[in-house]
Amino acid sequence: MTVDIDRANAEAVERMMEARPVLVGLGTARDVVPGMKDNMLLHAGPPITWERASGPMRGAIIGALIFEGLAKSPEEAEAMVKAGEIILEPCHEHQAVGPMAGVTSPSMAVYILENKTHGNVAFSNLNEGYGRVLRYGAYGEDVIERLRWMHDVMAPVLREAIEASGGIDIKTLIAEALHMGDEGHNRNKAGSLIFTKALAPHVAKAAPSSDVASDILRFLGDNALTVLNPVMAACKAMADAAHGVEGSTIVTAMARNGTDFGIRVSGLGDRWFTAPAEIPKGLYFSGFSAEDANPDIGDSTITETAGIGGFAMAAAPAIVTFVSGTPQDAINTTMEMYEITATEHKYFTIPYLDFRGTPTGIDVRKVVETGITPRVNTGIAHKEPGVGQIGAGLVRPPMKVFEEALLAFAEKYGF
Amino acid sequence: MSVIRAEIRPGAYYDSVVLMQLQRALVELPGVEDAGVVMGTEANKELLAQVDLLTPEVASAAADDLVIVVKAESEEAALQALSQVDELLKRRRSKSTQQFRPKTLESATKVLPEAQWVLISVPGRYAAGVAREALRLGRHVFLYSDNVALDDEIDLKKHAAEKGLLVMGPDCGTAIINGVGLGFANKVRRGPIGVVAAAGTGLQTVTSRIHQLGSGVSQAIGTGGRDLSEKVGARTTLAGLDVLARDPETQVIVIISKPPSPKVAEKVLRAARTAGKPVVVNFVGYTPTTPPVGNITYASTLDEAARQAVALAQALGEAPAVHWDTTPFAEGQRYLRGLYSGGTLAYEALLLLRDMLPQVYTNLHMDGVKELSNPMRSEKHTVVDLGEDVFTVGRLHPMMDNDLRIRRLRQEGEDPQVAVILMDVVLGYGAHPDPASELAPAVEEVLAQAEEAGRHLEVVVTVVGTEEDPQNLDAQLMAFDAAGAKVFTDHVAAVHYAGYLARMLDPDVGQKPIPLDAFHSPFAAINVGLESFAESLAAQGAQVVHVDWRPPAGGNERLMALLARMKK
Repeated sequence: MTVDIDRANAEAVERMMEARPVLVGLGTARDVVPGMKDNMLLHAGPPITWERASGPMRGAIIGALIFEGLAKSPEEAEAMVKAGEIILEPCHEHQAVGPMAGVTSPSMAVYILENKTHGNVAFSNLNEGYGRVLRYGAYGEDVIERLRWMHDVMAPVLREAIEASGGIDIKTLIAEALHMGDEGHNRNKAGSLIFTKALAPHVAKAAPSSDVASDILRFLGDNALTVLNPVMAACKAMADAAHGVEGSTIVTAMARNGTDFGIRVSGLGDRWFTAPAEIPKGLYFSGFSAEDANPDIGDSTITETAGIGGFAMAAAPAIVTFVSGTPQDAINTTMEMYEITATEHKYFTIPYLDFRGTPTGIDVRKVVETGITPRVNTGIAHKEPGVGQIGAGLVRPPMKVFEEALLAFAEKYGF
Repeated sequence: MSVIRAEIRPGAYYDSVVLMQLQRALVELPGVEDAGVVMGTEANKELLAQVDLLTPEVASAAADDLVIVVKAESEEAALQALSQVDELLKRRRSKSTQQFRPKTLESATKVLPEAQWVLISVPGRYAAGVAREALRLGRHVFLYSDNVALDDEIDLKKHAAEKGLLVMGPDCGTAIINGVGLGFANKVRRGPIGVVAAAGTGLQTVTSRIHQLGSGVSQAIGTGGRDLSEKVGARTTLAGLDVLARDPETQVIVIISKPPSPKVAEKVLRAARTAGKPVVVNFVGYTPTTPPVGNITYASTLDEAARQAVALAQALGEAPAVHWDTTPFAEGQRYLRGLYSGGTLAYEALLLLRDMLPQVYTNLHMDGVKELSNPMRSEKHTVVDLGEDVFTVGRLHPMMDNDLRIRRLRQEGEDPQVAVILMDVVLGYGAHPDPASELAPAVEEVLAQAEEAGRHLEVVVTVVGTEEDPQNLDAQLMAFDAAGAKVFTDHVAAVHYAGYLARMLDPDVGQKPIPLDAFHSPFAAINVGLESFAESLAAQGAQVVHVDWRPPAGGNERLMALLARMKK
């Protein structure tokens, strides 16, 4: 066999690290997302059917169809999907990502991230904040109203503001946020403030009135997850740059649809390797327990795929207690991820580890060999649609997806 | 009937995670049914309302207020719980915060990059895989594990030889490297005696006895019990012998083994003869068929081996240390050329070199040495007697006429594959009145031309004579030394020096020289397997990282085999 896996992996992670995703604009999904159709909804994770979809995923689909005006009621929305009138496809298959249910409909505004090094583009929807939100499957009037406001009022201003800013380098933002206690997945407090600060002067100018400017800035500033979506799209742009390297065993996507956990591998084309998603372990909001939790959901695992999130836990000791941990556990988590990654990030560094680069580029071989699966920080969704987030914690992908990817790799490359 | 009690603390900020933990701790208190600890934002109050924890008091809390709500089976339980909030907030986790332990060899090498050794004591079926990984990472191996397949042992040792690494074992119980005991080892004084042993307790006995007799040990290398079998072919023993032969701290070598096969014994003894140092051999219960010659002494017991080694070391006193440095040589330089004027000296050189080097050519006749097809042209490693008839037709013997040797010296010097040139200079009545006056400038010129061509040459000259000879030994030595040659008066030492240089440079030897640095830098190791080995290394002041090892791929044979193939 001629394929040199180590060399292929070195190339893949080099591309991942050298990618420079910049937020260059905001568009409407139907206009900018490749392959988007008027009767199509994008969703998180590997492909899913309505029949197999979990509560929050179904709720988000219903909400999106109501938001689009395609359905008047949840029943009508469900009937449309069941009748096959609506196409469901993974965000990942359209250069996009979305947190939790990740449902992105044609009229929704999306961030446009351009990788200035390699030229590829990635998209993500906008973050709605906390509480009852579409991404957790809520579709009540309040949810739809917020989406409308985001679409009608905020998006035009944000678009102008982003364009006026000349683009926001999200890679630099991530590097900076890691030095401010974020890990880029569960904790985005610092990053969201940097992001809001960068946009604020332009929002003030672009907004039709100071009231609107105030509303938008409060919306962005109150939400410590504001930057999560552009960060995810940036990670997607970096991971996509590493995808398609012949002979590489580097994971270029990890994503969950609330039913299955799926991964893609650089050297294995667009094939998904899936297995049932697990229930995250973590802390629950009052009144909720693991019994209420939906299996793992969302595209936000793209952060770990790109070397931040759970992999950069040592940078974010403030949130280790999510899993009853200590700061030492945060360090141990990052140290453990070095065991399964191909390299240390050149640009994302961790002050406490003497500015060592974050563990970057999950190597399927190393996961299978060590039995260590990637550590993922995540929010926990209620299993019923419409309830929303009920906790946060950590989860690991099922080992089976890595074993199957390894076997498929061996078959493709003749090992 | 449950009661709900709340406490509002204005302006008290806590990270949400701290709050969630406090909430969990409150729920665990006796009599508490549910609890909510949040900052009083609208979203949080909504959440509390959903689970019926929103009291009017709580509803009036502001976003900067800390809200603590407890639902309990009695008023008393609720208040009791609320009274513990401060204590719970202050409670520090006493859970031990253990340092990270690497899970794989590779990450351990990043934690302790200076570690040149890997100790392996995992179950036999996994041991070869770990050893292979250690070699891949460029580390020497101490393989304590037993039940390693013979084919794996051979493969590991072949692979190690190609990379200039040492594999001690499998089933190697003990070794002493740079004063640090590995596995089962005694605390033994440092000293001039190096040991290679295929027998664990044999090694412990001999090293202990050496210590008791007042001497000490430089290095003690274990090989594993099967090393001297015909199939393994004494690879580790020979590699260890090579290390000790080159080690300037080792003055006497002891070889201990259970009886090897005669064929392997012969191979080891041949190598021992070329060690350039006294070697005491104890093949327990085996009488070698070849008589003890030269530097070899046979001992019949372990105790006798120790006694002889100590006596030899004491008799030697402070022997001058020889250093070999292969770094200045260019790629492709590998051969030795001996240009002799004296037939006996050429013969003696051949006797030593044929056991040190593969493919030695000559114009003399000797078993195990190939004859040159054309005496005017050297091949691979060559020793020529220039006093042979073919060279002296119509000219004087090279002891009187230097012209032939100078021309051959230039010829060899121009060969890009030549690394070292070995010459004798015989003084005395009847010989050339001042050989150095002609040969030394030629040596200087050849050395300079090689440097110019980007190569490095060594010219090794043995001068035979006395200071009372007409040519004066000292003056001749000084002249050659000034010309850049390495000068010797002991011919065996000269051949040994030149032979080892070529041996280290010639890839056909099959054993890339193991750098002595591994034996002389402060001992640092990675331990995979028995934790007690790591503890005893640490107790000896050595740096060690213990790997939190698990069977690869959860012990799944199919995946393990696949991973092994994908790593090559």
